Amino acid sequence: MNPTAWMAWPVVLPLAGAVLALLVGRKGVRVVAGLASVATFAASVMLTWEVATRGVLRQSIGGWGPPLGIEWRADGLAVLMLLTIGVVGPLISVHALDHLGDREDREFLPLWLFVWCALNALVLSADAFNLYVTLELMTLASVALIAVRRDRAGLDAGLRYLLFALPGSLLYLLGVALLYGVYSALDLGLLGQRITPGPVAWVAAALMTLGLCLKTPLFPLHVWLPPTYTGAPTPVTALLSALVSKGSYYVLLRLWLEVFTPILDWQVGQLLGVLGAAAVLWGSLLALSQSQLKRVVAYSSVAQIGYMFLFFPMATVGARTGAVYLVVSHAAAKASMFVAVGNIHQAVGITELGGVQGLAYRMPFTFLAMALGGISLIGMPPSGGFIAKWILLEESIWTGQWWWGLVLLLGGLLASAYVFRILRGSFLPLPPGVKVRSIPLGNELAPLALALIALVLGLVPWFPLELLAVGTAR
Amino acid sequence: MNPWVLYALSGVTVFSVGLVGLFSHEHPVKRILASNIMGSGVLLVLVSLARREPTGTPDPVPHALVLTGIVVSVSSTALGVALARRIARLDETAEEGRAGSDAEAGGGAG
Repeated sequence: MNPTAWMAWPVVLPLAGAVLALLVGRKGVRVVAGLASVATFAASVMLTWEVATRGVLRQSIGGWGPPLGIEWRADGLAVLMLLTIGVVGPLISVHALDHLGDREDREFLPLWLFVWCALNALVLSADAFNLYVTLELMTLASVALIAVRRDRAGLDAGLRYLLFALPGSLLYLLGVALLYGVYSALDLGLLGQRITPGPVAWVAAALMTLGLCLKTPLFPLHVWLPPTYTGAPTPVTALLSALVSKGSYYVLLRLWLEVFTPILDWQVGQLLGVLGAAAVLWGSLLALSQSQLKRVVAYSSVAQIGYMFLFFPMATVGARTGAVYLVVSHAAAKASMFVAVGNIHQAVGITELGGVQGLAYRMPFTFLAMALGGISLIGMPPSGGFIAKWILLEESIWTGQWWWGLVLLLGGLLASAYVFRILRGSFLPLPPGVKVRSIPLGNELAPLALALIALVLGLVPWFPLELLAVGTAR
Repeated sequence: MNPWVLYALSGVTVFSVGLVGLFSHEHPVKRILASNIMGSGVLLVLVSLARREPTGTPDPVPHALVLTGIVVSVSSTALGVALARRIARLDETAEEGRAGSDAEAGGGAG
């Protein structure tokens, strides 16, 4: 087969699976979704193989190349994201099957496949407007996922997410319109060649960055995140934090790497870095002060997203590698923690932090996963989070900006404080009178598998790092 | 000033009005409408860009973008309205339930 032909499959297969899963009855939905997931994952692996052996692949959709048509491009960064989505997403879905009810299960699987399709299309797009469309597809499918239980909390959370995501993508679209108006191009490569520092480029960059920061979300635009993450069903929260929030961050990274490079001044980088650092410290402090388990993990996401913005002040190839490595390891680690929280909720029905007391003895796998995921969030070796922070720390010293390194270390300390707060309680003796429901083994193993991925990322970092280098221009 | 610049500026104004509306209202329907107004502003900017070719031939790309934008905007509005409606219906049934139990507690005094 023509190597570029592999590019369509990671998008077509989940889409076909989602439509089919909607059409078949209650009995068939798991089979169809399972087959679609396996096929999509296989297609992602094949595409990764092609990229790893042949280098960057390009495909012009419908045979119309840029500047008129839309181009898709698979480089190392894109396929690494494809693999992350393909591994983390299905593991969360396995957990979701038993966590949600029967009816939700029938709706969850097709919606998740839609999100998967949108995410895969997003990471392969190399066109500013196509990125807008895929962002919107991702948002709409995610809103439906948040409201999948049709209870008041979920509906409120879904509407809130939609009403914050919409201005985000419209700000982005306004930026795209300005760029097209001046440079007559939508392709990221062409835009990158034509862009010159000036008021239009600055305004467009500001609008697009603001919109994407609202969606990601970066401090201080994170106000919608805790209530949305708390209102959504736990597996959906895991998907949102691990994958959906990374979609808009990925667009931001691509824009600044390929389009706005000439205008990434020292001051702009420092501003984004300061916001990221504020997110790390403020998010960690808020996580530390929460009394609800799910909120601790949700605020931890605010902090972890902050680290990813420390890339901008350094703006080196190494810092990019560190930021992407953090995206990947955070996807695995945070998904594992949210899924573990879901297990705890299922077992004791309590969401208070005190509710975990004594549970480490009854749910060993869940708490092992929580501890391993926590290690990655803190950045202790050996874990993916450690490698990512180590690279960022090294870069902060190389570029002579030691203060970002200080933020990294301080954030790690605060993270260990809130992770240990959860774990400490779990090792206290089980209080009398607490009834612990047994949960399916699959639900106990799903978070462990996710946490082990975060661990393996720290033990064997060579493969993802080499993959990431494919197609790195600078 | 070119007329298209004027059009584009009015598009930006419409966008800003929508943005302010979105964050200054509480009611979900008003907020959905505000986001719709924002969308119209962006599309207006795009439409005005399509007319700026010096030869007078309109540029087809912004037209295609506007059409796609309208589809996206219709879908997101529909989703928002569906969510708002369901929330309102849940509230209604909750209120009816409360009114019903109040009437029972009153022992049919009315």
